[in-house]
Amino acid sequence: MSDKSHDPNQMTGAAMIVRALIDHGVKHIFGYPGGAVLPIYDEIFQQSEVEHILVRHEQGAGHAAEGYARSTGKPGVVLVTSGPGATNMVTPLTDALMDSIPLVCITGQVPTHLIGNDAFQECDTVGITRPCTKHNWLVRDVKDLAKVLHEAFYVASTGRPGPVVVDVPKDVQFATGTYHPPRKSDVHVSYAPRVKGDATQIRKAVALLASAKRPVIYSGGGVINSGSEASKLLRELVEFTGFPITSTLMGLGAYPASGKNWLGMLGMHGTYEANMAMHDCDAMLCVGARFDDRITGRTDAFSPGSKKIHIDIDPSSINKNIRIDIPIIGDAANVLGDLLQVFKAEAKKPDIRTWWQEIAKWRARNSLSYKKNSDIILPQFAIQRLFEATRGRDVYITTEVGQHQMWAAQFFGFEEPHRWMTSGGLGTMGYGLPAALGVQVAHPDSLVIDIAGDASVQMTMQEMSTAVQYELPIKIFILNNQYMGMVRQWQQLLHGNRLSHSYSEALPDFVKLAEAFGCVGIQAIKPGDLDGAIKEMISVKRPVLFDCRVAALENCFPMIPSGKAHNEMLLPAEANDEATAAAFASGKALV
Amino acid sequence: MNQPASAYFMEERHDPSESHTLSVLVQNEPGVLARVIGLFSGRGYNIESLTVSETENQKHVSRITIVTTGTPMVIEQIKHQLDRMVPVYRVVDMTLTGRSIERELAMVKLRGTGEHRVEALRLAEAFRARVIDATTESFVFEITGNSAKINQFIDLMRPLGLVEVSRTGVAAIGRGAEGM
Repeated sequence: MSDKSHDPNQMTGAAMIVRALIDHGVKHIFGYPGGAVLPIYDEIFQQSEVEHILVRHEQGAGHAAEGYARSTGKPGVVLVTSGPGATNMVTPLTDALMDSIPLVCITGQVPTHLIGNDAFQECDTVGITRPCTKHNWLVRDVKDLAKVLHEAFYVASTGRPGPVVVDVPKDVQFATGTYHPPRKSDVHVSYAPRVKGDATQIRKAVALLASAKRPVIYSGGGVINSGSEASKLLRELVEFTGFPITSTLMGLGAYPASGKNWLGMLGMHGTYEANMAMHDCDAMLCVGARFDDRITGRTDAFSPGSKKIHIDIDPSSINKNIRIDIPIIGDAANVLGDLLQVFKAEAKKPDIRTWWQEIAKWRARNSLSYKKNSDIILPQFAIQRLFEATRGRDVYITTEVGQHQMWAAQFFGFEEPHRWMTSGGLGTMGYGLPAALGVQVAHPDSLVIDIAGDASVQMTMQEMSTAVQYELPIKIFILNNQYMGMVRQWQQLLHGNRLSHSYSEALPDFVKLAEAFGCVGIQAIKPGDLDGAIKEMISVKRPVLFDCRVAALENCFPMIPSGKAHNEMLLPAEANDEATAAAFASGKALV
Repeated sequence: MNQPASAYFMEERHDPSESHTLSVLVQNEPGVLARVIGLFSGRGYNIESLTVSETENQKHVSRITIVTTGTPMVIEQIKHQLDRMVPVYRVVDMTLTGRSIERELAMVKLRGTGEHRVEALRLAEAFRARVIDATTESFVFEITGNSAKINQFIDLMRPLGLVEVSRTGVAAIGRGAEGM
């Protein structure tokens, strides 16, 4: 202790970090120790307010923090060491940036006098993470540390949320300085996200919606990020106007899947009715979504006859891919509240009965149908059974990336926001298992299921060990088709059925693997066994690896083929070899 | 429609490119220039010219002037992408305001003797370029003006023994009493 030990705000940099976490209400952090963060780990050891979850790989810490953040609405916190600790965080940071997830990542750094010296476990962390964070800081002086930590939490969780990195050299962790609690002046004056929407623009939007004959609401992850109030207001708007609503992958749950105005997800693997409604509408209200290429398909044929309203907190999302007629910059809840108020006070809802009749015809095409099979488990069937078995329960779903992810989005009905965690923008295989850990840490008594694929799940499989250590009873529901299914689907559709390296010739025995980790392994092979096995999985109060053997060659439909428009979807009933070949001709160049 | 044909099916874009001069006020802190440049390289925007220097010493504010080219949609994106960066105070499109002055400084080195030297001096005077270094066989001229004027001067110097050029890039400021 220094001479100033009588001043409670005099402390080491390492102690400041833990104090700042406490001051920001952080209960759990995910991390992995190493040389450059030892002083911080020493402080963590000597307190009990912040619980540290030890992962098995830094990427796991990042995704766990993402799951934690998305299921709670609070920033997820990660602590990793310098060099490889920081570089292993690049994937989750990029993932969080793409999906607007608030993360605060604290990285250790070599002592300031060694920076630039190619020291052991040194890397240019702020340089490497600059393009994959909302902002980042290298703290060279302990007197700046408290301010930077507070600003980091503020930047991560306000405006369009996102990941931030605070890089703290080891000598700064040891140095003593003065801590101060969070205060307004900690934040750059240049950082001031706009929350309230422009009243004139909102009036214009209401006028457009009130005169629409074929309106559609297209909502996205921004509604979830804005908080539960935004979802409530969105539901109220749908209820009041009677408009049909669709959502992106990221926005599922903002409006309930059981709601009568729900069209299902839109986009590449969205429903026929959702995409047709987008294509044929005359007024589109986009709330907190970003016209991503998986949503729009061919942009010059995207919803050609509509006027478009776009509500987004990030001005750079507007007019990026699609020309917008009425942009409204602001927070989803704030703008939806104002819009609803103006609508109720000044406008009448339009009569859109004929529009609903058109939609009913599209719905009748039953675009999510699949051929039933009594011998082999179909992946769609497996998810439907899982959904039925968990209906009404306090359940959270995470996914990996690929066919299983799309089937989960299509067949699992989400009734509430914050219940669905998936890697949408970056498409990170290996996201779901550690994300499930993070969700379970935040909601210890809830049912947390990772709907996984056999390929994705092996990317972060080591985190089962973390689940066992902290008694986190996550359920890993693996749709095992022995392929990288989505890769194979594209090879079938676009690369002459040459299945280059998309088959896993040597899969582990997932049941034995579960036992090796000290968790429970369950296998289902026949459709008749499925319900019983799912029931067992839910009732076991330990982590489970569920090996669900599904039809190997099933593909994900409906689908908007490459370079095609919303009204050129390939439906499952029509996806014979000839039609598929024709639909995908000339589409190789897409991603 | 004024938008790319497809976000993921790369087709020819026919929108005409425009050149815009952007003034960006930023907090002068480590890494801020790397952030701005990284944005341009990461998102595939063009930088035709870039100048940066601290302008308000007390407040640690720097002014970055960027000349960029792109379709109107891309230019709009660039401005929004810059504006949302944490240390960026303001972004002003000097080309859109239509009331800005742009200047560049160049130092132009020439080697030559006899008639070429005389001709170079005569042209330099016409362009109001100053001689800032001279030997018996060389000159260095300093010239200030907009980019077109400097380009023209350099073109004229080429047959007269041009050795090398060093240019500052464009700095811009708005006309009238108002600041940005």
